[in-house]
Amino acid sequence: MAKLTFKTDLCKGCGLCVSVCPKKILRLAKEKINLKGYSPVEITDQAACIACAFCATMCPDCIITVEK
Amino acid sequence: MIVFDKPKSLTDTPFHYCPGCTHGIVHRLVAEAIDEFGIEGKTIGVAPVGCAVLAYNYFACDMVEAAHGRAPAVATGLKRALPDRVIFTYQGDGDLASIGMAETVHAATRNENITIIFINNAIYGMTGGQMAPTSLPGQVTQTSPYGRDVKTAGYPVKICEILSQLDGPTYLERVAVNNVKNVRNAKKAIRKAFQNQIEGKGFSLIEVISTCPTNWGMTPEKALAWVDEKMIPYYPLGVYTDRSAERGEEEK
Repeated sequence: MAKLTFKTDLCKGCGLCVSVCPKKILRLAKEKINLKGYSPVEITDQAACIACAFCATMCPDCIITVEK
Repeated sequence: MIVFDKPKSLTDTPFHYCPGCTHGIVHRLVAEAIDEFGIEGKTIGVAPVGCAVLAYNYFACDMVEAAHGRAPAVATGLKRALPDRVIFTYQGDGDLASIGMAETVHAATRNENITIIFINNAIYGMTGGQMAPTSLPGQVTQTSPYGRDVKTAGYPVKICEILSQLDGPTYLERVAVNNVKNVRNAKKAIRKAFQNQIEGKGFSLIEVISTCPTNWGMTPEKALAWVDEKMIPYYPLGVYTDRSAERGEEEK
């Protein structure tokens, strides 16, 4: 089963991962703020993730770990 | 099973780059190449002056900080003194294409056995968004508020095209990191550049079309689209020179 983990406090909320997710299951959590002061990314439907790693490929801050 | 994780050749120091800046992607690709060749212990990187000036905090190999634009000269010295090490430089367009043009061209024409990663984002990032030699005609920057006027500021410098006129360099390729496919191609190019050096084939330069959302005044996502719309038509991607098949150990 595919699993995404985020180093949430290092996220800068750039949204590049959100823009490339083919399943559209990533979002920037506008209601949250991380240690850096950005709204971090979160996954809305873990079960729908196909572990394609597009998000991690585009993440400039290497905060995403993809497991399968 | 872990499909994707941060490469071991990057330290745990968080990048200082702006949100959405693709420097982070290119750092990761270089680190992945170092990991895959297993050369972390014998690699020496040369950091530039520019946004990537703090690159020595991020790569888990030995790093040297060069004077502005002089990274290819420093790398030449390192490689000649320590020929068993793998030497790479990581430079921006202000560093490599402006103040460091002489060092770049001469390192290329001497076919020094080094790897250069050149980040072309068409603007001076660190100093606040001034016009770079690589800024596009008509591009609005801090120092060209009405757009780059080619009558007074001239035309952009195309590094891969310039260097491909020389007989020296072994491998020149231009790649981009604005979508997943291009990132994967960029990774292959960077791997090839390191492989050429390990096999003693000589000078490799990979020009990476990168973004600067902050100084371009765009969201990170729009900046990626701008690369497709404006940058790539002016700076066509592809291999410009590949003499890696005809060169080998005897060259160096």
